[in-house]
Amino acid sequence: MTCRRCARVWPRGTATCGRCGSRLQSRDPKSLQRVWAWWVAGLVCYIPANLYPMLKTRTLLEESSSTIVGGAIEIAHHGSYGIAFIILAASVLIPVAKFSAIAYLALSVQTGSLHTAPHRQHLYEIVEFVGRWSMIDVFVVAILSSLVQLSVVASIQPGPAALTFALSVIFTMLSAQSFDTRLIWDRRRAAEDPTA
Amino acid sequence: MAHDTAAAHDGALLGVATEELMACPTCDSLYRARMPDHGGRAVCDVCHTVLISPRDKAGLNIIALTLAVTMLVTAAVFFPFLEIHVSGLGNKASILDVATSFRSGLMIVLSVATIAMIVLIPLLRTLLLLYVLVPVVMNLPPAAHARRAFRLSQQMKPWAMSEIFAIGCAVALVKVADLAQIGFGPAFWMFSLLVVIVVINDSYLCSWSVWKSLERDED
Repeated sequence: MTCRRCARVWPRGTATCGRCGSRLQSRDPKSLQRVWAWWVAGLVCYIPANLYPMLKTRTLLEESSSTIVGGAIEIAHHGSYGIAFIILAASVLIPVAKFSAIAYLALSVQTGSLHTAPHRQHLYEIVEFVGRWSMIDVFVVAILSSLVQLSVVASIQPGPAALTFALSVIFTMLSAQSFDTRLIWDRRRAAEDPTA
Repeated sequence: MAHDTAAAHDGALLGVATEELMACPTCDSLYRARMPDHGGRAVCDVCHTVLISPRDKAGLNIIALTLAVTMLVTAAVFFPFLEIHVSGLGNKASILDVATSFRSGLMIVLSVATIAMIVLIPLLRTLLLLYVLVPVVMNLPPAAHARRAFRLSQQMKPWAMSEIFAIGCAVALVKVADLAQIGFGPAFWMFSLLVVIVVINDSYLCSWSVWKSLERDED
């Protein structure tokens, strides 16, 4: 039995870690269930995040609201392709890649592929590292809407998509955290050593 | 990179007391734990997760940096963060303004989350670390509930997002740069410094060593 938080080893059957107090579980059978539950919740939140406006901009003459993709296209029209790319990468490319990566990891454990354990471990580390960075878009909206408050000349308000996008990021982070990486290695070890 | 933990199959480690063992949290390979040589670190042979990475005087460095973080966060919250000027009109925003910019209805939830992720959680984490590490470094018995405090601070790690907020600032700045004139308040520079310190601080922290010292002192 291993404590996943402090790496202390305990005799089989110990319920809580005597060093750090975490609950011990040799293998969590519900790990994949939790991964999928958070994954679906994240996906459900991600859809309205792309359909509803993220920012509502009001200037003297006009009032406009833009979705994530719409805003990026607008910026690209103004000529700043770099920024448009950063926004697209952070709020479309990374979330979609993250959804597919987590689904692939969970499926590969369920179907039991043997050969690519180090690669999958690497993939998982990337997902865990990158996941938090999607919050950047929410923070940008927060900064813009608190800074650009110039009475009648121009003001920016956050749209409903900001909330669902933030939820989607949080849910996928939870989904990645629920994944028990030891499942990736178990099957390989069982294949190498059938007696263990 | 020094592979300092001795890899062995479960059978070879059967007689060893469980206190001397450690298992890789990522892939559950079993090792006999041993402090790596000076400047080295222990890496799991199977999945290459870093298991132990002690640094010289890490405790003292972490305490110093953590104190710095605490002061910077507290100060950065109250000073103006960014300023904007366009055709005679101007506006200043502090971090608190930013965090509370989601005001209407359900958006308040987002406000609370934002302020937690960029101010409260980083601050709480540093305070918990101080609480755990100061007695350890001064060779005093660990503080009451030190284990629970350290566990909590490790759990919070992925949710402390100050460095992400800093990059968000950069993106927001470029977005409004052609719309208006932007000025940096003192809090902006404090926050930039803070991000650097947080990253260095995390590289010093070896959770295995901390757990080990908490355990040793309590016995």
